[in-house]
Amino acid sequence: MQFGIFTVGDVTTDPTTGRTVSEYERIKSMVTIALKAEEVGLDVFATGEHHNPPFVPSSPTTMLGYVAARTERLILSTSTTLITTNDPVKIAEDFAMLQHLADGRVDVMMGRGNTGPVYPWFGQDIRQGIPLAIENYALLHELWRKDVVDWEGRFRTPLQGFTSTPRPLDGVPPFVWHGSIRSPEIAEQAAYYGDGFFANNIFWPKEHYMRLIGLYRQRYAHYGHGTPEQAIVGLGGQVFMRKNSQDAVNEFRPYFDNAPVYGHGPSLEDFMAQTPLTVGSPQQVIDRTLGFREHFGDYQRQLFLMDHAGLPLKTVLEQLDILGEEVVPVLREEFAVGRPAEVPDAPTHASLKAAAREVSVG
Amino acid sequence: MRTLAVVSAGVTVPSSTRLLADRLAAAVGGQTEVSVEVVELRELATDIAQNMVTGFPSPRLAAAIEQVTGADGVIAATPIFTASYSGLFKSFFDVVEHDALVGKPVLIAATGGTARHSLALEHALRPMFTYLRAVVVPTAVYAASEDWASAGGDDLAHRIARAAGELVELMTGRPPSAAPPEEQVIPFEQQLAALRLPRERE
Repeated sequence: MQFGIFTVGDVTTDPTTGRTVSEYERIKSMVTIALKAEEVGLDVFATGEHHNPPFVPSSPTTMLGYVAARTERLILSTSTTLITTNDPVKIAEDFAMLQHLADGRVDVMMGRGNTGPVYPWFGQDIRQGIPLAIENYALLHELWRKDVVDWEGRFRTPLQGFTSTPRPLDGVPPFVWHGSIRSPEIAEQAAYYGDGFFANNIFWPKEHYMRLIGLYRQRYAHYGHGTPEQAIVGLGGQVFMRKNSQDAVNEFRPYFDNAPVYGHGPSLEDFMAQTPLTVGSPQQVIDRTLGFREHFGDYQRQLFLMDHAGLPLKTVLEQLDILGEEVVPVLREEFAVGRPAEVPDAPTHASLKAAAREVSVG
Repeated sequence: MRTLAVVSAGVTVPSSTRLLADRLAAAVGGQTEVSVEVVELRELATDIAQNMVTGFPSPRLAAAIEQVTGADGVIAATPIFTASYSGLFKSFFDVVEHDALVGKPVLIAATGGTARHSLALEHALRPMFTYLRAVVVPTAVYAASEDWASAGGDDLAHRIARAAGELVELMTGRPPSAAPPEEQVIPFEQQLAALRLPRERE
């Protein structure tokens, strides 16, 4: 099972000091956080993509390319790549390039984006979000698998005799996850292709995500990729930890109370009871996270949101130390217990390459 | 037995809005056998505000919403504030899924200090429920302060009886409310094929 972190890349004022970092500081912090993720033994770093303030990561492959050059093992991913408003041709090129530079340590998570104005800024219409996600991904899928593509669709200029370069490393396209918080159409899309499905599992009650993951698993089997239990599921989670749980609560509360998304709403206690957020001791985080398996089945990837709401870099790095030293090693052991042998690991470049070779030999 | 959900947005305890809602519910109960569940929005005010912020209902708000969306008929009563329904009343229906009340028989009612505000029922409540594609009974019931003073055989009692009759007719004329259907998946090939259809000529 893979463990990692995902970041939104928000610039939020630290409510305890009133200090707002510059974009430069935030971007550099994100890189420091990514490098720290590898240092403490995590497997994955994923960055969001946004095209409006207060977010900085508009150019994920630039950032991930830089991180790739300074890491050895870390898998670089996104959370999410906007399949609606990016040109699928450019996604195909950018991520294939990144894949070569990173020696295959790359996968990508498709998402639609829910910020209305971003669509017209990129010449699209949010009401076409699902059709855009379906058509653009169908093209991307083809561009990575066919050397010469003739193509015509609804949303993009037609292509005649087009070859997306560079070709995917070793002829193996990056593994794709599809992220969605509410759309059965996207669960269906992920199932159809045999791709992964990721539920961000933050901010909303778990029941909400259970429905979509259940649907994805069932349709994954329907399309003949394996049993429902073998479908490739990723989950998010949000945690804040200190040795003593009351210290964690006291320290995190001002960030919670003023956070974008849920701040100025429910109490921290209510939100912890109603959503997967865990603020407490490392043991509480371990127990809660292990509980995800009861609700969603054995899964392949767990990403934590660690660095939003204005938390200072120093605090985030401390959190990553706790996560890497005290939490993830226990989770690795515990998740392995009772995990059926037929439940696969998350695909990696190496495993996909091996599988491709098997197919061509067999 | 049919179920009737009574949504009351009165803010005082006791409230004249709740009093009107109870009289309407009793009138419905007098004409057909119903089990009545009352949703007092005052008790859910914080939950409703939090749902606005977080995008999901607390467990007790979710239970209240389910009572309303699962009922065979709904009585929706609000005080008239600043020429319209109260913000609390509107906020509750703002957090109910937009298609959850489609085809639902609804009786609308309101209270106010003076009869001059009675048309708020017609220019605020009725269009809101029409937007939600609920079926609103023709008689809306408004009770001003003076209505509570007039003796038996009065206008208000007549309107209550007539509105209740209209609601009963709608509730009993349709099959009892069933659980919402399971989510339908549109098979992926079908989603793809829809995009491959020739473009319509502008």
